Amino acid sequence: MRRLRERAIETVLFLAAASSVLVTIGIVGILVTESLPFFKTVSIVEFLTDTQWTPLFENPRYGILPLLCGTFLSTIIALLVAIPLGTVAAAFLSEYVRPSFREILKPILELLAAVPTVVYGYFALLFVTPLLQKIIPSLGGFNVLSAGLVIGVMIVPYVSSLSEDAMRSVPGHLREASFAVGASRMQTAFRVVIPAAFSGITSAYILGISRALGETMVVAIAAGMQPNLTMNPTEPAATITAFIVQVSLGDLPHGSIGYQSIYVAGLSLLVLTLGFNIIGLYLRKKFQEKE
Amino acid sequence: MEVQQDILANIKRRQMWDFVFALCGLMSLLFALITLLTLIVDLSMTGVARINYDFFTNFPSRFADRAGILSAWVGSFCIMLTTAFCAIPLGVAAGVYLEEYSKKNWVSQLIELNIINLAGIPSITYGLMALGLFVYKLKLGQSILTAGLTLGLLVLPIIIVTTREAIRAIPNTIREASYAMGASKWQTIRYHILPYSSGGILTGVIISLSRAIGETAPLITIGALTFIAFLPTPPIEGHFPFVNFKWLMDPFTVMPIQMFNWLSRPQPEFHVNAAATGVVLLVMTLIMNGGAIYLRSRFRKKMKW
Repeated sequence: MRRLRERAIETVLFLAAASSVLVTIGIVGILVTESLPFFKTVSIVEFLTDTQWTPLFENPRYGILPLLCGTFLSTIIALLVAIPLGTVAAAFLSEYVRPSFREILKPILELLAAVPTVVYGYFALLFVTPLLQKIIPSLGGFNVLSAGLVIGVMIVPYVSSLSEDAMRSVPGHLREASFAVGASRMQTAFRVVIPAAFSGITSAYILGISRALGETMVVAIAAGMQPNLTMNPTEPAATITAFIVQVSLGDLPHGSIGYQSIYVAGLSLLVLTLGFNIIGLYLRKKFQEKE
Repeated sequence: MEVQQDILANIKRRQMWDFVFALCGLMSLLFALITLLTLIVDLSMTGVARINYDFFTNFPSRFADRAGILSAWVGSFCIMLTTAFCAIPLGVAAGVYLEEYSKKNWVSQLIELNIINLAGIPSITYGLMALGLFVYKLKLGQSILTAGLTLGLLVLPIIIVTTREAIRAIPNTIREASYAMGASKWQTIRYHILPYSSGGILTGVIISLSRAIGETAPLITIGALTFIAFLPTPPIEGHFPFVNFKWLMDPFTVMPIQMFNWLSRPQPEFHVNAAATGVVLLVMTLIMNGGAIYLRSRFRKKMKW
């Protein structure tokens, strides 16, 4: 009786754990099956090479390039902010700051990631953009620059928290060895701790990239939702996520080409983020073998 | 003599660089914190004046000064309840299984890898999945139930990971002591492991709910309305069986979507409303996160194994 009960409980718990795999299967399955009909109307070549994305217009054009362009542009700007700030902050917290002080600073930094993204959207549109317009007078009300900058600040804690964990788990004797041959704190940080923690730091960057690629509300609010094939950050643009929001706000009949187009966009986004995650796993494996 | 001078100069130079780097570190921390502070101050300066009793008890309206967030906060509350109800049992059970039962084989490795991967999947794809699966395939409609399930799945990895961390912190001696008294595995978990790790699990639950309350994109995708001037069906009624679950099937709006809606209007008066909603949201998430940080540090101090 008791053994039977134990077995039953274990099975229930196992099913709960396995349900997380079902979530992934559900996401991939739904995105693929709902976007397949799209490719009956639109050829893959057109999808990948056309330079305009206007699926809801009279003369629809289905080229994903403008959306990819906007997505990459905002991600690159965000990373230019988040990676230097996050890495330096992590090195500072791990190598310079007293542990008691670090225990206070780290949670405060993590509050940055807790702020709802729609609030960041407000901040980008109504604070950062007017501020930037004082420096660049030609800047429009909607632009990728302020959205990217704000996303950058928002993902600093993702980068710094994981990097700091990785740096702190570097064994103390490596630091002592470095100090013993006369290296300064900064030399130790850059030539010993950061290389030793590199696999962990890489996964922190990858998580940051995933967050920036998938960030939705900031770009939907502040970047203007206009698909634009440009690499000029002062112009408005649409990202993949902003397009999905824009279309979802309207009334969308199930099975229409507009409905299919958001699934195609979502699938492209998933492929992008999964691609980066796999690169991250590969890099981490490679560096772990070296150690 | 000259060599010594060189060394001294070298040391001085390196000390200077050390100092410069420490300054850079401090600056980047300060930059991040000052941005957070600016955001809070900017939002409060615009929004706080708008927050009063009417703001919480009025429905949205065409007139900015009469509009309120009643349907939005009630919606947020109902969805939080549904999310908690589906995500907590599932997440805790999964965490317990992975930490206490799972053997090192490909199934458990697949599950672990999958949880890492789920954390990197953009939240809007959860919304797309929910639209296809819950709304159209399972016919749950654009309802509170759909929204709660969507956010539940979204925060599931957070609960699993924090549950595992909390359980991992319990030393093996506790388990051995329990087995020595003749307890079964489940009894050990039920009467020892779970109660001792409840602090850590609670921290994860609070963090996941604070994440869910600010989530906007997946709910827009499943078709949340931006203008709702009624409340869900009351869950308690005068006749048998006294409770009903009709409210689960009602349409909804939530605070972040209300804020987004006001923000995308051109009139600045509505931006004031958006700021006020932002203040409410921010206060709630900051309180929840503060609570989680407090709990974490308290339990870490108290539990010296």
